[in-house]
Amino acid sequence: MAFAAFGSSSATEHKGPTKSGAIVLALLMPGLIYLGLFFFTPLFSLIITSLQAPAETGGIGEYVYAFNVENYKYVVENYLPQILRSFYYATVATIVALLISYPLAYFIGVKLRNRPLLKSLMLTLVIAPFFISFLLRTIAWKSIFSDGGAVMQTVYNLGLMQPSEHFLGSDFAVIFGLTYNFIPFMTLPLYTTLERFDTRLLEAGSDLYANPSKVFMKVTLPITTPGIISGTLLVFIPIAGDYVNASRDFLGSAKTSMIGTMVESDFLQNWDYPSASALSVLLMAVIVILVATYVRSAGTEDLL
Amino acid sequence: MAIDFKPSGADLELIDVRKEFPGFVALEDMDLHIPAGEFFALLGPSGCGKTTTLRIVAGLEEQTTGQVLIGGKDVSGTKPHQRPVNTVFQSYALFPHMTILENVAFGLRQRKIEDPLKKAMDALNLVELGYAAQRRPQQLSGGQQQRVALARALVNRPALLLLDEPLGALDLKLRRQMQIELKAIQMEVGLTFLHVTHDQEEAMDMADTVAVMNKGRIEQMGAPEALYDRPKTAFVSKFLGQSNLFVGSVVDSNAASVSIEVGGHKITAPKNRAEKHTGKICIGVRPEKATFHRSAPKLGADHVVVGPGEIIDIRFTGVSNQYLIDIPNIGEVTVFAQNVGISPVVELGEKVWVSWKVEHSFGLADLPAGNEEE
Amino acid sequence: MKRFSIGKLTLPVYSVLAIAFMLIPIVYTIVFSFNDSNRGNTTWKGFTFDKWLGVCNRPDVCDALGNSLLIGGVSTLIATILGTALAIGLVRYKFKARSLVNLALFLPMATPEVVLGAGLAGLFFNMGFAPGMLTVTIAHVVFCLSFVVVTVKARVQTLDPVLEEAGRDLYANPNQVFWKITFPLLVPGIVSAALLSFSLSFDDFIITYFNSGEVTTFPKFIYVAAARGVPAEANVIASAVFIATILLVLIVQINGAVKRKKLLKVK
Repeated sequence: MAFAAFGSSSATEHKGPTKSGAIVLALLMPGLIYLGLFFFTPLFSLIITSLQAPAETGGIGEYVYAFNVENYKYVVENYLPQILRSFYYATVATIVALLISYPLAYFIGVKLRNRPLLKSLMLTLVIAPFFISFLLRTIAWKSIFSDGGAVMQTVYNLGLMQPSEHFLGSDFAVIFGLTYNFIPFMTLPLYTTLERFDTRLLEAGSDLYANPSKVFMKVTLPITTPGIISGTLLVFIPIAGDYVNASRDFLGSAKTSMIGTMVESDFLQNWDYPSASALSVLLMAVIVILVATYVRSAGTEDLL
Repeated sequence: MAIDFKPSGADLELIDVRKEFPGFVALEDMDLHIPAGEFFALLGPSGCGKTTTLRIVAGLEEQTTGQVLIGGKDVSGTKPHQRPVNTVFQSYALFPHMTILENVAFGLRQRKIEDPLKKAMDALNLVELGYAAQRRPQQLSGGQQQRVALARALVNRPALLLLDEPLGALDLKLRRQMQIELKAIQMEVGLTFLHVTHDQEEAMDMADTVAVMNKGRIEQMGAPEALYDRPKTAFVSKFLGQSNLFVGSVVDSNAASVSIEVGGHKITAPKNRAEKHTGKICIGVRPEKATFHRSAPKLGADHVVVGPGEIIDIRFTGVSNQYLIDIPNIGEVTVFAQNVGISPVVELGEKVWVSWKVEHSFGLADLPAGNEEE
Repeated sequence: MKRFSIGKLTLPVYSVLAIAFMLIPIVYTIVFSFNDSNRGNTTWKGFTFDKWLGVCNRPDVCDALGNSLLIGGVSTLIATILGTALAIGLVRYKFKARSLVNLALFLPMATPEVVLGAGLAGLFFNMGFAPGMLTVTIAHVVFCLSFVVVTVKARVQTLDPVLEEAGRDLYANPNQVFWKITFPLLVPGIVSAALLSFSLSFDDFIITYFNSGEVTTFPKFIYVAAARGVPAEANVIASAVFIATILLVLIVQINGAVKRKKLLKVK
């Protein structure tokens, strides 16, 4: 999937898996047990915690096992703005990331196919932001767009915005940060698909009287859909759960809080574990539905 | 299990080997005996099971039922690294992360043979690639890689050498050259070779014995000349060279010959060259054994004459011309004529008769597809 | 048809602009690592090498870095071993639960960090583990594992099984086949996977924040410092990491290109 770009890009088509046996168990078990213990159990434990009720003895942070579905009602009622906002941000950021990444991925994957050195260079530059902590990247934008900085001053001077308006702390700023941070996650899967795209199909398309935009819509786009879907999943899901970009200390403000913000504050500051867990479970549920829809149509072999 | 490396080849025996995969049967009742020191070819179209047979002998697949004996010892159930067998793979399978010297020495090292590098070098010299010893496989051409693969297998002096279509990727000239070299090496070293191929010319040229396989079974086995001269099934007659086949009911049968009637013509084959003598049978003849005549020929009972028919196609292939003649009530008959003259002797549309000697006819054990058995 | 058209230029120009845009914060970070700042690092005060030379004058920055490196190293080791085994098993062997295993390995990549972070924190709390180096390391392996599997899997798929058959044909037992043939050919993929895993671990914030207790990693340090002002020393470290990584990647690429050229020349 996404990170095939890191592996070798020449995959031979040869016959698939050959045998089964005890060796399979030895190979798979350690990893699967680890995941079972440290991934699935925590998820399960989240569900349990989300149903807990406050203990009667009641200090803060004291809960007992229960079947308190009320927690979910509470979460949905009180955190509806954050929930809606998170999905709103995620949708917009994903779409913008797709629009920005697709031409870039097309350029590197299709146009630069015969120039391996240039292609490697461009790819390296695309993933270069990964090598600097994303927190620092976001802080850099925060400084760049700070009210006193050169950029904003120019904006104010040109009359594009009033001095009382700010860039930082707005929905736009958060979406900007989110989009920026996740562009590589969209570009790489698109690149992998486009790299394997058989350009002779484009020739066939024009040979059959389709103009370039028609060829794109009817040939290129449908065939590269798997990459689009991978990229979308890889971007939408983390954004929905992010809270760093939206944080007051970064690009956001009290008005841009997201699901993640609430989970963090409930869990780490208010010690309201049930609420935090219920919110997490809700988020996870939406994502599982999205992934399930994808798997239904495309199967599981291409996931990894 | 200690492997018994004989200084020369061992014989191979397959007894009633059957191989089933989920959904289909790859091999059925395979019985095979290859004497030691022989060059044996398994010939057949894709999917006939020849590669499966090879892999079962090598130990890379396990047969469903049946036995495999190498040098008289039952090796069924043993792993490949325990058998005195080496394979030259179709894709050569040279290890890309080793030099070709190390590639050739690999088997020797695994068997802890003394002085592996020197022996590997000798093997490379045998295939005339000693100078490239320190190169990587990717730096060699297809023909060179093939020779390295051969050296890597041969250096282990296996009792049995398996070759899986090793010459498939080479161009014609190189292939001819390698065929000669392979045969020379086999005779010099005295190993038993089992060569799998779909190229009938290659099989006939190199092998002492050829087995023609179809759909998981051996249809016919024997010396190349015998197989070519007297095919016993429709498949063999068409796969090995070309044949004209005629189907009809037996109308005349005496001590020496058997005849069928087809479209008003009598087609005869000697009894000792016919598999079946009664009912509906198929008699055939090779196109190069037939000639055509511009007027009805007057020939004795030792010839078969069919015609008249119209020449509907002439193909020039350099050495010979191939004529396709349409004879009413019989069908299309092919005749090959060597180009002894400069220009074609006849033209399209001409009316000709076709004849051949009875002693060249052969009678098949079955009927071509599309004909009903009686 | 015209040879030269504006249309042909749009894509390359766009791509260059897009990449330049992506690099803006990086350039900013590197530039400001040379800023002669005191506490905050938001306005330019003057150029200096001081921060680079005395990066550990602020011990908390270097401590955080040390923790990140240690956690990264250990979690990468574990994730790489487990992940490589999984990848080989998935590609080479046929078994009934394949779809399920694929899905199980995909889910950690699809799970938002808050969910995983909170879940693990809850689990550790219930198990009685205090949050610290151990819990962070365990947590990091969880999300790195799937990425290792994806990377190594891609490499395993390029490995023609016939090479292993040749090995067995040449008297190598299964153990020898793995170590002498399979593993050497997988090494590039395993190394990529390890590098990927290390970078993911090094850069991780959310999951770490939930599970680290008193321990500070480099990203956590930055997050906490963001309110007051991130010191330039942090920029220095980030820039150094960036430059080192870029150099490493470039060296690998150039090495690969040189090797390929060498292979083509001799015939």
